Amino acid sequence: MRALFYLLTAFGVIGLAIWAYDQNQQTQTAQRDVRRLRAEIRSLHESIDVQRAEWAYLNRPQRLRALVQMNYARLELLPLEGSRFGRVEEIPYPMIAPATDGAGQEG
Amino acid sequence: MIRTPLRPLARILDAREQGVNPQSIERENLRLRREQARDAGRRRAEWRLLFLAVAFFAGYAAIGAKMGMLAASPVVESEPYAGEGISGARADVLDRNGRILATNLVTHSLYAEMRYMIDGARAAHELVQIFPDLEEESLSQRLTDPRRRFTWIRSRVSPEQAQATHDIGEPGLLLGPRDMRLYPNGELAAHLMGGTSYGEQGVTAAEIQGVAGLEYTLNERLSDADLADVPLSLALDLPVQAVVEEVLADGLQMYNANGGSVILMDAHTGELVAMASAPTFDPNNRPAPALTGDPADSPLFNRAVQGLYELGSVMKVFAVAQALELGLVTPDTMMDTQGPIRFGRFRISDMHSMPSRMSVTDVLIESSNVGTARLAQMIGAPQQRSFLQSLGLLDYLPIELPESTRVRPQYDERWSEISMMTISYGHGLSITPLHLAAAYAAMVNGGTMVQPTLLRRPDAPVGRRVISEQTSLQLRRMLRSVVTEGTASFGEVEGYFVGGKTGTADKPNPQGGYYEDRTVATFAGAFPMNDPRYVFVVTMDEPTIFAAGENRRTAGWTVVPVVAQMVRRVAPMLGLRPQDAADVDAELGLR
Repeated sequence: MRALFYLLTAFGVIGLAIWAYDQNQQTQTAQRDVRRLRAEIRSLHESIDVQRAEWAYLNRPQRLRALVQMNYARLELLPLEGSRFGRVEEIPYPMIAPATDGAGQEG
Repeated sequence: MIRTPLRPLARILDAREQGVNPQSIERENLRLRREQARDAGRRRAEWRLLFLAVAFFAGYAAIGAKMGMLAASPVVESEPYAGEGISGARADVLDRNGRILATNLVTHSLYAEMRYMIDGARAAHELVQIFPDLEEESLSQRLTDPRRRFTWIRSRVSPEQAQATHDIGEPGLLLGPRDMRLYPNGELAAHLMGGTSYGEQGVTAAEIQGVAGLEYTLNERLSDADLADVPLSLALDLPVQAVVEEVLADGLQMYNANGGSVILMDAHTGELVAMASAPTFDPNNRPAPALTGDPADSPLFNRAVQGLYELGSVMKVFAVAQALELGLVTPDTMMDTQGPIRFGRFRISDMHSMPSRMSVTDVLIESSNVGTARLAQMIGAPQQRSFLQSLGLLDYLPIELPESTRVRPQYDERWSEISMMTISYGHGLSITPLHLAAAYAAMVNGGTMVQPTLLRRPDAPVGRRVISEQTSLQLRRMLRSVVTEGTASFGEVEGYFVGGKTGTADKPNPQGGYYEDRTVATFAGAFPMNDPRYVFVVTMDEPTIFAAGENRRTAGWTVVPVVAQMVRRVAPMLGLRPQDAADVDAELGLR
């Protein structure tokens, strides 16, 4: 009985040791992954920043103005002026047929 | 403790009498004594064991509790190593709609470490091919100096230059990451952004410091590592700013002006939607301050907040406002405008002949100096001074720009009667265009002061009341009339109902007196006048144009058309719909 107990304990210790070793390895792998991912995130952040900056640079008002002038023949873009605002009355509304009960529910 | 004797005499004698072996008594006593000692020892051992058990239990319990806490606490990633404690991180600056005004970009810095250096002379020779502004001789000396261990070559290199440096193949030349401040819009809003330079430098990072503009004032906020990912939002509207600068630049060219400034401010919150000063500069490559000549001619000079000018007739509004507010006159009261007024050796007269009696409204519309001086006489010097004080025109105006801190309005401290009269029509008190914009906002927005700011502040509290709602309405009517029938007739923009007051002031000559043919022309006002949303102040320095047979320098011929063009372009962008003339006139009670 006692021998069996010792044997089981010994196997238990060996099992735990294997488990602990495995956990240790997994942790180290995870840490390596985290480091690699963090570096990747950092470099992606940097590229996002660069692209944001480039977007802002390419969309700077000065350049857009020049592009609008260069492409006037094609796009015919003009500065927004007050005369470009429409009025609600100018919109041709479709005639609304006097709604009967059934039609109203369907619509 | 009294030791019990092993052989007590009485018992031995008794035992001898009874014929028992007295040795057994001694053995018996010895046995008892040993048992006692054994019990004591056991008790001590038990105590020790208990103590050890408690100590171990406490130790393991502490470890277990700590492990439990670690397991239960949420996973936080540890901060990456910051490196040398220097950080180049800096928050972005955005306009009110999230467009980028300033951002950070990672580039490289170039340095040399001598312990890896193989052929310093060759490296120097090759580097000069890449960076033509480096001097080969001194660089070669630095790179071959045996006592040196480290030297900076460039604090900022472009990706192409970094690659070219790499291609030299010299292991002693090293590239470190380096944050760089970038203003993608170039010269746009340059005076607001200011610029940055490097502070403390390390191999892996360099501190970016603001040197001017809001980069300087808000340096602490922008360089705060905890807020580096939280961008700073300004009240500025980038497309509006672009149009304003474009219109100003066109205007300066058309009227041959030296420079100018534009302020476009929300009339109720004090948010600066656009602010420009020309000439301007590129904050990416900030020029060094000029050491000779007038600093006001430098592109770095922000005319809108640093320039102190006698702004001329635009100031008449304040005299009229105060006279109305005090109940001294109504807009229709007839004033004696017979000039000139003689006061000692001074003589106050009007620019052109005017009727000898005019209503207060006409005094403002026709811009009569005599009429305004008479209003000032009715008000009195102390009241005038305290009114201008309450409008903030006599104090330094705080705004998020370091350039404004040393700019205090200039006037004669004695505030004599003659300065009272000249100040009423805009001479003898030098203020910045920003002062004027803040005061005009109070005149037209219903009578409450605003605090100009560059930051987003949509829910600004209603400021201190300086004039009544009624006076503000009367002023709006008058300022509108200046455009419809007065000196600013070129300022009419269909649907947007601009109102304002022109001012043309002769420039003071540094040698004393005033120039005959150099003026500062100003147009200050607001739109739409029935419910002013935006206040503007536009100034131009020495504008002139040949029109209708003569050289014109007055604001009405120069600044006003520029403002009209600006409002025509900007108002729709700010989301203002054109309104019907009949509605607006009815609201203002003009017709």
